[in-house]
Amino acid sequence: MADKEWTEEKVRVGGTELVIVKGGQGKPLLVLHGELGWPGWTSWMSSLAKERTLLTPIHPGFGKTAMADWIMSIRDLAGFYQRYVREQKLGPVDVIGHSLGGWIAAEMAAANSTQFNRMILVAPTGIRPPQGEIMDMFTVTARVYLTRGAHDPQKPDFAKLFGGEQTPEQYEAWEEARAETARLAWEPYMFNPSLPHLLEGIDGLPTLLLWGKQDAVVPLSAAEVYQRSIKGAKVVTIDNCGHYPGAEQPAEFLKHVRAFLG
Amino acid sequence: MHIMWFTERAYHHVPEEEVLKLRSFFGVPNRFFDASKGAALLNQYLDEKIYSDELGTFDGVMLNEHHGTPFCMGAVMDVEAAVLARCTRRVKIVLLGNPLPVAANPVRLAEELAMIDMISGGRLVPGWVRGAGSEQLANNANPAYNREYFEEAHDLVIATWTRPGPFRWEGKHFNFRFVNPWVLPLQKPHPPIWIPGLISPETVRWCAEHRYPYVALATMLEPTLDMWRLYTDRAAELGYQAGPENFGYLQPIFVHETDEKADEMGRKFLFGGGFSHFARPEWMFPPGYNSKAATRRLASLYANPNTPGLSFVSQDHTEDLEALRETIHAAYDGSKESLQMIAGSPRTVVAKLRKVLSVLRPGIFSFWLDGPAPARDRMTCLKLLGTEVIPQVREIGKQLGLVGPFERAPGSVSLGPSGRPEYVGSMEGLLA
Repeated sequence: MADKEWTEEKVRVGGTELVIVKGGQGKPLLVLHGELGWPGWTSWMSSLAKERTLLTPIHPGFGKTAMADWIMSIRDLAGFYQRYVREQKLGPVDVIGHSLGGWIAAEMAAANSTQFNRMILVAPTGIRPPQGEIMDMFTVTARVYLTRGAHDPQKPDFAKLFGGEQTPEQYEAWEEARAETARLAWEPYMFNPSLPHLLEGIDGLPTLLLWGKQDAVVPLSAAEVYQRSIKGAKVVTIDNCGHYPGAEQPAEFLKHVRAFLG
Repeated sequence: MHIMWFTERAYHHVPEEEVLKLRSFFGVPNRFFDASKGAALLNQYLDEKIYSDELGTFDGVMLNEHHGTPFCMGAVMDVEAAVLARCTRRVKIVLLGNPLPVAANPVRLAEELAMIDMISGGRLVPGWVRGAGSEQLANNANPAYNREYFEEAHDLVIATWTRPGPFRWEGKHFNFRFVNPWVLPLQKPHPPIWIPGLISPETVRWCAEHRYPYVALATMLEPTLDMWRLYTDRAAELGYQAGPENFGYLQPIFVHETDEKADEMGRKFLFGGGFSHFARPEWMFPPGYNSKAATRRLASLYANPNTPGLSFVSQDHTEDLEALRETIHAAYDGSKESLQMIAGSPRTVVAKLRKVLSVLRPGIFSFWLDGPAPARDRMTCLKLLGTEVIPQVREIGKQLGLVGPFERAPGSVSLGPSGRPEYVGSMEGLLA
């Protein structure tokens, strides 16, 4: 890589200095990372950055952005990001959220769908699956959670991000992310019973639900509830893929993302 | 000096292989639990406590609480304490401690303890812990708020005991609209509070700030002295001189008629009591349970598998359970050499205890008797402790000036005119 493809900038949102990882060109795309933090500038981000400006805020409490004591639920965090979108005059913006980040996007949309143009939820948590359970990240180590969640942890992008020896820095980053996720989503674990009801109020937000067919973290049955709740939402599944489509099947993942964003 | 004894109330009938395979006591499926065997053991443990009261030389009996583990059946310690409150006459009932973060209702906890204090005639010594990591999972207590729960629950229990009701409590984590309990502790303003710990600097400083004695749970001698220093420094900042009355120590000790028989008991402790080999990181350290500083220390441990102390987190993935068993049992002699554990005849034990007491100079001392030794051996151990060891320990305590918290109120000694504190204990005590 000749030049670093991304920079960090700080934006003040209320009492918080929010760190945004920014890279690419073109129309902005808000990227909401998942429960173990932002894993770094991945290959799909690098590709998409050729046509879109990717804005990845590091959630408060997940390392680069300091914890905000008052944020104690995903709905609090969604409220915080609505303020960010409003004050930065980003709306209506396209959004993509993975897992816990997908839940944040869904909560934001439920509160005010006009801030979004198009919404992609990649294996989002947030809804209790009617069949199966969301895999509990808190009774295993971060490494085990990641490995069990992937269909094939040996896939190159996945192995590059999460394989190999665990470094002290990685351990600290994961522990910090786990701690903040516990503050936000300990109980009920990774869902909000009122979310499906609030999602029913969304009118005319094009939504793509992108799911690995072999997702062992968020059972596919949750996709059906999301689809029922959000009018017109489309579900696309990717075969031979677990909970991390961007890292496990980057080509397929990009194809669907591009087709949907247009 | 306050002298007491402690035992985990272990369930000894789980096949050893199950624990070894899992590398953990916590999480062993409870299909291995037989309530009739458990009942017999629980009553045996209560009978031992009552017997030690009858011996007349013990000042206290100590209880603890764990959840979801055959290592300790005392999941609701206050129930056992309530039985002992009525069935003993003399000993203090020392609870080290109630895991505050898992007490969803601190007002009810305050009521339970008040009743125990009343029934016992004012013999209760409550204590508080954060609870092991696994306790948070077993009780669904959010570990990321563990310290906040601990501090707020503590403040609420004290308020429940001391603030005239009815009053309203609106905290970050606890809300009670009408606090006005009709049962209050017999001891005023409230029972004395002691805090056990496993070398968490945050807890040690917190104890110093509240003038609560800190009881180190079988930790290595040198790091224990470091904690004494930390406590003493914080005490000095607050204007008081910490003394033996501020410190306690728990130690595994096995006494029998001969050294050989005592060793036989002691060796069993490694499996039945020496839990450090059986701790999985995901259950020891649930999310947010550790401070950032503690996480940083662990991160460097993980990076260097040869770091001493890493056995604390089981990293051994061998399939060979026999080899694992041998590794664990091989630790016995080392534990004795470093005085982490003492086993022997009363004569042998007293000589080694003199060293430990000279190093740490604690005003509170607790014998820890554990492991699946036959009931009669455990009774022999208690009898020898009560009749032969304790009288000599008291004598040593007098020689060393080991003042207990009932003889001198912790935090009652003003700092000397130099403004520099005197430290309690020193490794030079090993020469004793």
